[in-house]
Amino acid sequence: MNKRLFGIAALFKTPDEIIRAAKKTVEAGYQKYDVHSPYPVHGIDRAMKLKPSKLGFITLVFGLTGSALALLLMYWTMSVDYPMIIGGKPFFALPAFIPVTFEVTVLLATLATVIGMITFFFRFPENDHPLHDTEYMKKVSRDHFGVVIEASDKHFDESKVREFLSSLHPISLEEIYYSEKETYPVLEPKFVTFLVVVALVTSGVTYFSLNKLLYMQPFTWMMEQPKLNPQQPSTLFADGFGMRTPVQGTVARGFIPYPYMGQNNPTEVLQNPFLPTKENLKLGEAKYLTFCSPCHGNFGDGDSRLRGQFPNPPSLHSSRAREFSDGMIYHIITNGQNIMPSYASQITREERWAIVNYIRVLQRAKNAKSSDLQVVNKETGNNASN
Amino acid sequence: MHQTDFKYQRKDLPAGFSKFGFAFLLIGLILAVAAFFVDQSRAAFNYLVIYMMIVSIALGSLFLIALEYVAGADWSTPFRRIPEFFAGLIPVLFVLVIPLLLLNHDLFHWAHEEAVKQDKILEGKAPYLNLSFFVIRTLVFIAIWVLFYFLLTRNSRKQDTTKDQTLTSKNIRFSAAFIPLFAITITFTAVDWLMSLEPHWFSTIFGVYYFSGTVIAALAAVTLVVVVLKEKGYFNPWITDDHLYSFGALLFAFVNFWAYIAFSQFMLIWYADLPEETFWYLTRWEGSWVIFSLLLIVIHFVVPYAMLLSQPAKMNPKRLKFISIWLLFAHLFDLFWLIMPNMQPLKKGYVFSWIDLVFPILGIGIVLTIFNFIAKKENLIPVGDPKLKRGINFHL
Ligand code: HEC
Repeated sequence: MNKRLFGIAALFKTPDEIIRAAKKTVEAGYQKYDVHSPYPVHGIDRAMKLKPSKLGFITLVFGLTGSALALLLMYWTMSVDYPMIIGGKPFFALPAFIPVTFEVTVLLATLATVIGMITFFFRFPENDHPLHDTEYMKKVSRDHFGVVIEASDKHFDESKVREFLSSLHPISLEEIYYSEKETYPVLEPKFVTFLVVVALVTSGVTYFSLNKLLYMQPFTWMMEQPKLNPQQPSTLFADGFGMRTPVQGTVARGFIPYPYMGQNNPTEVLQNPFLPTKENLKLGEAKYLTFCSPCHGNFGDGDSRLRGQFPNPPSLHSSRAREFSDGMIYHIITNGQNIMPSYASQITREERWAIVNYIRVLQRAKNAKSSDLQVVNKETGNNASN
Repeated sequence: MHQTDFKYQRKDLPAGFSKFGFAFLLIGLILAVAAFFVDQSRAAFNYLVIYMMIVSIALGSLFLIALEYVAGADWSTPFRRIPEFFAGLIPVLFVLVIPLLLLNHDLFHWAHEEAVKQDKILEGKAPYLNLSFFVIRTLVFIAIWVLFYFLLTRNSRKQDTTKDQTLTSKNIRFSAAFIPLFAITITFTAVDWLMSLEPHWFSTIFGVYYFSGTVIAALAAVTLVVVVLKEKGYFNPWITDDHLYSFGALLFAFVNFWAYIAFSQFMLIWYADLPEETFWYLTRWEGSWVIFSLLLIVIHFVVPYAMLLSQPAKMNPKRLKFISIWLLFAHLFDLFWLIMPNMQPLKKGYVFSWIDLVFPILGIGIVLTIFNFIAKKENLIPVGDPKLKRGINFHL
């Protein structure tokens, strides 16, 4: 089989020699060559007359992208989509956003730099570079310095290159050939399978060890507090109850006591303090439909939706119910009546009065007089009497 | 390439140094004295600005020298004489500080005994903030700096003739002793001379804030002189692009460091929103001070950051010369911003006065004159330093 020459390599012992060799190689006009050393040699890029790297532009572009993305994300989430007041600061609190912007900038810039360097400049993944696994590569990654002049160079001429490299007094010369037998393409099934297995095993082991074996709460101050949750027993109090009743006479904020609580047929009831305005009736409708309609039906006809799971209530359009004063209906909601429970704790005072007003509307609608119809027709422009 | 054939011929500094220095000093002095007669309080505050500027350059330079020794740096050895000359301003501080000590009543609210008596907080701080302790502190600090200035530069100078390598190891030990002392003294200096102008205010990062500006000022001054002298052939061929790049990189780093510290101080105070801390910034947001505050960000961070970002910019002599003048101005501007709003009549906003323009002239005059006075007698390059050869062959 015909071996194809990749280049000729020369090995040197000291960094000074390699700098001199690099300089001479440039002077001799070779362009396709490279220098290898086990560690960064100061001054080598000047000796090789390398142009300043373009890598910085990748860093710049991705860094700026990072700043913009971070700012946009915080602007969108904190000021537009879900504005929250935090510490009394404005929704767009730039100083608070700067640390995050800075971090994201640095993160994106460094990642892009490393990835850009590896892919664009090191041409990763290149699995079968001819220099791999050569004696030369083993030496220059240990304690030698080397220069390779590649056969693809315009001025390459095997004997001349040999002569030239020998004139630099290397400790050895080596011819490097393209590997003859197999190549190792990146998408070879074995290689890909290997990568997948490695990825699965490492992520599985990492997950298992970090989340199951070694799981530690980062800090527990919020999780474990010296307090009792609702319904938990207490060892502190003699009666063993964790939940305490408020001190006698304690009044909740905004609480207005109801004087007729517990009376079945009060002789006296409250006056309705709310006018049936549009908003009030809207509120009443909403609350009626939520709290009352399951039993009393959407229009108060007593047509329960509960299918016999609870006794059907009487119609709210009976003459008895129509003759109730507003205060009496309020009393029934607040106190309950016979098997109908009290709704005092679910429905606020204002909402109860709104429901009362709304029931009045329902009752009037079911028992409308013709004068009512005339008013309605006038307002809607309808001719409902026909 | 190895420059083993090292031959140093002493040359006098360019005549401009002494001529300009003397002219600035003379004009500055006359105008400054006039300013004191016109508005003593304003002149005192302005004088404090340039005093702190000179402290920054002088002390910062001494720090750079010590840093070279403890870090074992050799790239800075060829031009180490420049910070040594700038550090020569330190003994002069003994004289420069006298007017400020005499004018303490104009500068410091806490120096007014009757005001302290009516103020619980100031009364509590009185064991530290009282005139006698203040004067003692100031003088002791300057004495420490002077001591180390003489120790370090004397050995360095002696080495020129003796070529004695043990002097370097001695200096390493002195530097190691100096750096912690430097950290302590510069912190207290910042607290005493800058923070205590507003005695109710406190910020624990303040010493670091002043330090960051100090290093910028000293580095910029050294860079400026090195580049100017290199252009005039004084440092050829010993200072290369690699040295210049290092100057640019260091300046860039400290511009970022300053911004980091300045922002850290601001953000914590802004976030916590405690009235006993925020009022200091609110004063600097009052009236026309808001322009100064915003300009400070641009001058001290945005512009130098953008100008030093790219790799070629960091070793371009023209760019370096411009940016080091710019940064010297930025530090002066920073000090102005720190100091002037504390002046009672300026609390509500900045009002221009010609006095503000006078003192920088005096400052330039003092620095140039002293620099020239010391440099005249010395070698521009520490010819006996064992690290010199490596410093000249410095490659990135
Ligand atoms: C759980 C089903 C249920 C719900 C929900 C309910 N009620 Fe009743 N309600 C009843 C029953 C049953 C009665 C009959 C009680 C009795 O035997 O006196 C009744 C009676 C009444 C009466 C008295 C009728 C009369 O003729 O004596 C009024 C008024 C009334 N309810 C209003 C309301 C209002 C207003 C609500 C909404 C806040 C409401 N109810 C919610 C079951 C319910």
